[in-house]
Amino acid sequence: MRPTSHAFNRNAHAALADERLQEALNGTPQGMQSRRASAVAQLPEFEALREHGREIKNHVIAHLDLYLLKFEEAVTRQGGHMHWARDAAEARRIVLDICRKAGARHVTKGKSMVTEEIGLTPFLEANGIEAVETDLGEYIIQLRGETPSHIVAPAFHLKKPQIADAFREKHKHLDPERPLTEDRQLLDEARGVLRDKFIKADVGITGANFCVAETGSTLIVTNEGNGDLTQVLPRIHIAVTGMEKLVPTMEDAFTLLRLLARSATGQEFSCYTTVSTGPRRPGDIDGPEEFHVVLLDNGRSALVGSEMQEVLRCIRCGACMNHCPVYGAVGGHAYGWVYPGPIGAALNPGLIGLAEGHALAGASTFCGRCEEVCPMKIPLPGIMRHWREKAWQQQLAPPTQRWGLGLWAWFARRPALYRLASGLGARLLSGLGGRKGRLRWLPMAGGWTSERDFPAPPAGGSFMQQWQAREKRAAPKADGGKV
Amino acid sequence: MTSAREEMLARVRRGLAGRDEAAARSDVDARLERQHVGPIPAIGTVEGEAAIEQFITRARAAAATVERLAGPGDVPAAVADYLAGRNLAARARISADLAGLGWERTGLDIVGGKADPADTVSVVSAEAAIAETGTLLLISGAEHSTAANFLPETHLVVVPASRVVGSYELAWKQARARHGLPRTLNFITGPSRTGDIEQRIQLGAHGPRNLHIMVVGDL
Repeated sequence: MRPTSHAFNRNAHAALADERLQEALNGTPQGMQSRRASAVAQLPEFEALREHGREIKNHVIAHLDLYLLKFEEAVTRQGGHMHWARDAAEARRIVLDICRKAGARHVTKGKSMVTEEIGLTPFLEANGIEAVETDLGEYIIQLRGETPSHIVAPAFHLKKPQIADAFREKHKHLDPERPLTEDRQLLDEARGVLRDKFIKADVGITGANFCVAETGSTLIVTNEGNGDLTQVLPRIHIAVTGMEKLVPTMEDAFTLLRLLARSATGQEFSCYTTVSTGPRRPGDIDGPEEFHVVLLDNGRSALVGSEMQEVLRCIRCGACMNHCPVYGAVGGHAYGWVYPGPIGAALNPGLIGLAEGHALAGASTFCGRCEEVCPMKIPLPGIMRHWREKAWQQQLAPPTQRWGLGLWAWFARRPALYRLASGLGARLLSGLGGRKGRLRWLPMAGGWTSERDFPAPPAGGSFMQQWQAREKRAAPKADGGKV
Repeated sequence: MTSAREEMLARVRRGLAGRDEAAARSDVDARLERQHVGPIPAIGTVEGEAAIEQFITRARAAAATVERLAGPGDVPAAVADYLAGRNLAARARISADLAGLGWERTGLDIVGGKADPADTVSVVSAEAAIAETGTLLLISGAEHSTAANFLPETHLVVVPASRVVGSYELAWKQARARHGLPRTLNFITGPSRTGDIEQRIQLGAHGPRNLHIMVVGDL
């Protein structure tokens, strides 16, 4: 997909003005937060698991080249095929070539953010291959021609009537008078339509939550069972995944799985955790005849060894966005690319470039809740600060911001002048505030004062001036006191 | 032209420059060799009868139904009762290792082999049951159709009491010792579900709507 992250501010304003979106966002983050909180509270070992999980991923990143080779060796040993893709275009081409070689006309897809990242589904469709998303949320947004607004709950931004409208518009073969008001009616209709797609598919494409270096396995986690039908029924299974998804062993994967579902949905364990290793074995009743892994770089390798490398620990649980006040106010689409919320702000500039993505690093109140709930303890606000710094160095920030910060920096480097100016400013605002101590309007702060008054500083000058005055008053007492 | 593989590896190595290469290699080899087990939560360390009880409680919490049977010979009648009690068709796809349990007496229409989209009921055996979260482990193979775990609306699973363990790690270790590495491992916790319509949970998304577990025999 073409990113619109540079226009985050404009996107965010539009999202705030969108009444339907605001209705859908209303209250849902609280539900997700309390489900996570209760799952975490019920597991006294959660913190120990987080520490161990962080250690696993740090170890993998520090040895990533070696683990990639071990994984490749194991995939091949198990009869699978490994493909390396430098960027999105190369990954799309690899998948298309596999489909073409197999004469595939119908493809089913499990939910995968990496395939969203490379825009795989529209690409296959444009090349004459029917590609159907099978996760219910993904299917709904595919019908609507949208992208996911949340990495775990892609249709997070939609209400029931919008889903019903999409079904009526696209499922033309069904009775137009059928009722679609109950959750169950919508689910049953999708289940029926998608069942046919599963059966018809020549190729099934999934992502991978983890890739196990020791065994050459890919592992997916679902609740619906769609990813499982996607990878067991068709003749070919392709797993498309980012190169940072490696773990050394299955034992390591179990540690991370204990963190994943609890952080994502508040479940102890997702319904289905499925491990796939190579194609079907001689004598197996079912399973794919071919197994392919497409390993995507797309900017990830450049993060290794950088100040931002900790972002590569991410296991895509979505807890950061569920706890983010900015995400909660504007939803996922405003971020303008596949990964929204704090993880998007920390990761996207590395994947789509700083020129496109730097505005996201400012899409934060720096309250720190994302870091607090991150099961992999990624210092998300810290990484956003690094991106800001880089954007500043590369002169990517808008001119007004650069001018304002430049002015501030000029004063800040001259302490005496700074104190004088801030003291004058404080007294001026205090005077303007009058007896009420509030300002109804302030230049360059219209966004604040249009909603509420601005509290004027108290009389007595700047903080520094008041502090000095206080110290002076307190000084004689302190000297005379006995210790 | 450099291949994508060489280029990606080179980029990663650029970020890791300055590393002690010999030490890095032996670290990786040791880690893969050792298969280090991380912290196991207390709920994953239960054993014996306590493990069976906890498995049952947690599987029920995940919306599965569970019953205990005295021996494998009781399975056919229990399946017949379950299907009759829910008004379901008296026809089931079964895994090959359950074929000799004496289905003739039940009058059920029993078929083996690969699952078919028309199947409404499957009865299969599990490799292990995991007390930590009420999770089943099922494996693919000559006797087990993976599709049978997902296509039918009603999924019945037989697990011997002796195969109930505390943690995922233990289930994996034992399965590996018995079978090597099957193509597919399915860890299953409750019936299929979705929260994609306004974040309300509904059971029976693409996989089974009913998951019924029969824990068979004693320790």
